[in-house]
Amino acid sequence: MNSLSLESLYSLNGYILLASILFSIGIIGVLTRKNIIVLFMSIELMLNAVNLLLVAFSVHHGDPNGQVFVFFVMAVAAAEITIGLAILVMTYRNTGSISLDSLNKLKW
Amino acid sequence: MEYQNIVWLIPALPLLGFIIISLFGDKLGKTMVGLIGPGVILGAFILVCLLLGGVLGGSLGDGQVFTYFNWIAAGKLNISIAFLIDPLSIWMLMIITGIGFLIHVYSVGYMHDDEAFARFFAYLNLFIFSMLMLVMGSSYVLMFLGWEGVGFCSYGLIGFWYKKQDYNAAAQKAFVMNRIGDLGLLLGILLIFIHLGTLDFQEITAAVKDPSQSSLKYGAGLVTVITLLLFVGASGKSAQIPLYTWLPDAMAGPTPVSALIHAATMVTAGVYMIIRSNALFALAPCTQSIILGVAIATTIISATIAISQKDIKKVLAYSTVSHLGIMFIALGLGSYSSALFHVTTHAFFKALLFLGAGSVIHALHHEQDIRNMGGLRKYLPITFATFLIGILAASGVFPFAGFFSKDEIIGRMVEASPVLAVFGYIITALSALYSFRLLWLVFFGEFRGTEHQRSHLHESPLSMTIPLMVLAVLAVVGGILNFPHALGGHSLLEHFFEEHHIIIKPLAAISFSHSTEYALYAVATAIIVIIAFITYRFYITKKNGPVADGAETGLAKILYNKYYVDEIYAAVVVKPVDWLSVQVHKILELKVVDGIVNLTARGTTEGGKALRLLQSGNVSFYLFVMVIGIIAILFFNSINLK
Repeated sequence: MNSLSLESLYSLNGYILLASILFSIGIIGVLTRKNIIVLFMSIELMLNAVNLLLVAFSVHHGDPNGQVFVFFVMAVAAAEITIGLAILVMTYRNTGSISLDSLNKLKW
Repeated sequence: MEYQNIVWLIPALPLLGFIIISLFGDKLGKTMVGLIGPGVILGAFILVCLLLGGVLGGSLGDGQVFTYFNWIAAGKLNISIAFLIDPLSIWMLMIITGIGFLIHVYSVGYMHDDEAFARFFAYLNLFIFSMLMLVMGSSYVLMFLGWEGVGFCSYGLIGFWYKKQDYNAAAQKAFVMNRIGDLGLLLGILLIFIHLGTLDFQEITAAVKDPSQSSLKYGAGLVTVITLLLFVGASGKSAQIPLYTWLPDAMAGPTPVSALIHAATMVTAGVYMIIRSNALFALAPCTQSIILGVAIATTIISATIAISQKDIKKVLAYSTVSHLGIMFIALGLGSYSSALFHVTTHAFFKALLFLGAGSVIHALHHEQDIRNMGGLRKYLPITFATFLIGILAASGVFPFAGFFSKDEIIGRMVEASPVLAVFGYIITALSALYSFRLLWLVFFGEFRGTEHQRSHLHESPLSMTIPLMVLAVLAVVGGILNFPHALGGHSLLEHFFEEHHIIIKPLAAISFSHSTEYALYAVATAIIVIIAFITYRFYITKKNGPVADGAETGLAKILYNKYYVDEIYAAVVVKPVDWLSVQVHKILELKVVDGIVNLTARGTTEGGKALRLLQSGNVSFYLFVMVIGIIAILFFNSINLK
């Protein structure tokens, strides 16, 4: 499929809108939530919003590079979350809580 | 004879002496230093004699420049390390190395007991090096290098015994007053460079002689300003009013220093500089009149002060200032060869007098007050004989050297105007007065010191008396260097200069008939003889001596206190400058400079305190800032796309 019909074009806006909303929700989550696990979930949400956008444009332009890049992003996200969760477990062992406020040792 | 190879050795030898003695002097020991110090000067003297042969024989023409090294090449300014050997520089070189050598030998004896023996000779050698650079330099820049060098060595030697704070103050005074003069000299040199484009002596003389080339017109303001500035420089170095008060204070240094620097060489640098620049002075009759006026004032005022002093070296110091005034009178009248002749004879007899005074001081174990001397001719025969010759030469008695040079200048004064003639004879009378007063009070009459001092009186060692004798011989026969025509001579120095065109506007031969000249000589001699008798009666027959400090009255008090000039300078110059520097310190230093530095420090600290608040430990805040940053980057990247 090379190009989309007029309705698909209209729908591209929908994809963009959806991705932006998801991304914003992710950001707000990162900035406001205190639970570290929820923080990770918000980061994942942001990553996936970007993935969605990449795929949408890739289909729109007919360029498979976008979709290939999505695979890379997913791999990186997986690796990142692994390490993130490992750090979380160590943090819990050291501070006994999974609240972001417990990581305040670098205060002046 | 390849002169190029030996000319550079002349200043190099004393410099080498300085380096060796200053680095290894203490390890080498006094004997070795006492050989190297005078030895290098003797070597330089021999080389100068070789060059003299060349100049007299004509192989160096009117003056040859020996270039060694291109030092500064900046646009129009080209200065090389180059030495000009012509009759004037050769003459000065003979005086410097010859008398310098004698004084070095004398110092071996005089400074023998001093622990800083090596440092003394290091400074002396460095001084000779600087003085040689001064007179040999082929441009104003090299001359200025030597000029500053001798100023520095003078500072080091006056304050040689640095543990006494008074001596350090005297050294500082000498240096600062020299510096004030140097400012005038520098400004003069700069103006010369701006208007003539060159600083080389021969090029300047050539440019001035060719009116089409130079922008300096006879009697014009520019030339007058340049020559006045040069004269300011000369008065700093050669102790004319108002920059003369450093010279009597400079007597704080060891006596050989007074003899070498403040009688024979450094103070004549000003005279040399003006003779060297005679092409410029020939264009400025206004400056010459000013020089004449200042010189006459200097001569008479310092002679009157000399009459009242009680320290043997102070009398000689004021006598030096007076004789320098006489040299400048000759310069003011345009009689350059007479000035140089008087420089030469003065170097002979004044060095002789200072070294003789040193011998007296040495014999009396550092007693310098003439009230504690007297009758020394029985105890110090050689010193007495040579000192007597020195006094006769200094006051200008026929046939000693001083007579010829002084009376030649007085002859020129009489020729110029009757007013100057009167001044001339006043000067003769005054110089006879202070000279004979010193002679009678130190060597005649009864010894007025303590019994302890009397028992220790002994003649000085050979290393001190031999230079005295050599200088005495020179003071006796020195007149032959410029024996006047009236007495059957050939005015050698004057003709020497004329043959080689050193002076571009030489004065015509003196216009008097021989009988008039004889009459002038007779008047001068009569004045001196009368004064000698009067002073003898006053000081010896009637036993009037100088009174205790503070007991003088009236005119004597004013003279002894040197017309309160030092006090006036302290109130008018030194105090305001001190006040100014205190103000500058309080405001500029403490408030402005310290304020800026402290402000910078405090700004950094306060900034740090503010930035520190960013470290809140709140991870959410960090994430927030990160997000804002990324948005900002994206935003600024997108709007800058052009």
